[in-house]
Amino acid sequence: MAGSNRTSLIAAAALFLLAAFIPFVVSSFHLLQATMVVIYAIALLGLNILTGYNGQISLGHGAFYAIGAYVTAILLEHTGIPYWTAIPISGAVCLVVGFLFGLPALRLEGLYLALSTFALAVATPQLLKFRGVEHWTGGVQGVFVPGPNAPFGLPLASDQWLYLLALAIAALLFLVAWNLLRGSTGIAITAIRDHPIAAASMGIDVALYKSVTFGVSAMYTGIAGSLGAMVTQFVAPDSFSFLLSLSFLVGSVIGGVSSIAGAIFGAIFIQFVPNIADHISKAATGAVYGLFMIAFMIVMPTGVAGFLRLVVRKLRGAP
Amino acid sequence: MDAFLHQLLAGLANGGIYAALGLALVMIFQATHLINFAQGEQAMFSAYVALILIRAGVPYWGAFVIALVAAFVIGVAIERIVLRPFVRAPVLTVVVVFLGMLFIINSLAGWLFTYSVQAFPSPFPTGLGNRYLSGHEIGMLIVTLGTLAAVFAFFRFTTLGLAMRAAAQNPEASRLVGIRVGWMLAFGWGLAGAIGAIAAIMAAPIVYIEPNMMAGTLLYGFAAALLGGINNPWGAVIGGFIVGVIENIAGAYIVGTELKLSVALVIIVVVLVTRPAGLFGRSIVTRV
Repeated sequence: MAGSNRTSLIAAAALFLLAAFIPFVVSSFHLLQATMVVIYAIALLGLNILTGYNGQISLGHGAFYAIGAYVTAILLEHTGIPYWTAIPISGAVCLVVGFLFGLPALRLEGLYLALSTFALAVATPQLLKFRGVEHWTGGVQGVFVPGPNAPFGLPLASDQWLYLLALAIAALLFLVAWNLLRGSTGIAITAIRDHPIAAASMGIDVALYKSVTFGVSAMYTGIAGSLGAMVTQFVAPDSFSFLLSLSFLVGSVIGGVSSIAGAIFGAIFIQFVPNIADHISKAATGAVYGLFMIAFMIVMPTGVAGFLRLVVRKLRGAP
Repeated sequence: MDAFLHQLLAGLANGGIYAALGLALVMIFQATHLINFAQGEQAMFSAYVALILIRAGVPYWGAFVIALVAAFVIGVAIERIVLRPFVRAPVLTVVVVFLGMLFIINSLAGWLFTYSVQAFPSPFPTGLGNRYLSGHEIGMLIVTLGTLAAVFAFFRFTTLGLAMRAAAQNPEASRLVGIRVGWMLAFGWGLAGAIGAIAAIMAAPIVYIEPNMMAGTLLYGFAAALLGGINNPWGAVIGGFIVGVIENIAGAYIVGTELKLSVALVIIVVVLVTRPAGLFGRSIVTRV
């Protein structure tokens, strides 16, 4: 186990270094795509912690992504604080909101939670358009977000800096998640998924763990939303429709929901497969995307990460 | 007072649609313990089938029946072809398959019938209306109530209905007495598809027809099913009418039409927090 842990750490470090070179070798359009992959990976990691490890299905994480994005946009528009402080503040707001949403969610099992969060996802654009908060959210018009410039006079363009910033934050958050999930906290979180009654009788505070997990998960997705707002430099209600929440869930399951690395595969899927589908058929893009989803599930029912795990085990098992 | 009565009755008329969709969801839930996220899209597609037939000159009720048959066949085909391979797959995998179907059906409809919003004819004469309800709303209420009654009669009084209930409740024992459980499941999907199609065809003259027409309605259908208790068909029906009335009254007097969908969210969360099993549902106690 320790050996395989070290191998995955080395692999992750190599991947990180490789990814750090991307902004210097690709065009700015591809850099934008790469930045979105990194950001989606953070969001999906949040969802994986909640859905994969803790067993709480959320179909509404787009709402937390939207909260993260809007908190950042509003802070930068109205308060003039430096942009980098907006990222942790957005994360903290989502932590609190997620924790509070997680409290009633404690009473909801599996499907019921899925449906309540789905309702949250569907209602999000409407709530953002609500007249009463128009002064802050800009209503249908949305809010512009200034793109950050590289600090200390580094010779980097804004988009290159933003990519590296997102990558560094992602690396930190992945490390935190990995550390969290491999220790006793992680065992408690997965025990609640596998057998809540047994977990409770072992002295795990199920209610506390579940709502804190919900909060942490929302925080990850909120930080992703905050970075996402800086990348698109604009937030508007209709970019946070329920389709965003659904594509988070799709990415999470296709990447491999009970895995940390799965978030990366899932992010690649939701960033690139719609484009591929668009190339295959302009007329019925959605149909091609849907077929890809079903095909992936037929070939790899436990996601890409689960599939790779199986392959590695087969290879090791063979003499 | 008149205006209030109008809102109340119009709410009941809309509620009939939510009730039918909620019933379709509950039927599939009872048999498979899954929520079919593509239910609304299947219904929308069937409504387009009806529209094409009407435009081709088929009389309204002829087109109506053919569309229901098409919806039934599509439902059976989805269960047999798409879902069969996932019988033993994890729940989330199946959820993604449902979402995949949602994308496929939605996109196919947009491709075949265009994304433009189109009018849909109503078979009911406007003369049927009175000062509280339009002719279509009255007709819609009659059709949905008739559908619900027919569905209950089917499950209560026919052998096939009994077999389907048995297959959903206890597959192993049903198999032992010679019920073909797999086909019963497929019939259930077909029936749910047909009920959903009725809901969409009745809703179309009001909300107009376009590929995304059922997104909001599906959410109300969820709210209806949960409000009534997801394991109780009667509950889903009553839940549908309650949701319709609350939506209309809240839209007219409390929050305005912009936040109507959020009302559905509030209903869902309040009900689930105070009564997780729904108003008429049984809470399930499992032995460990």
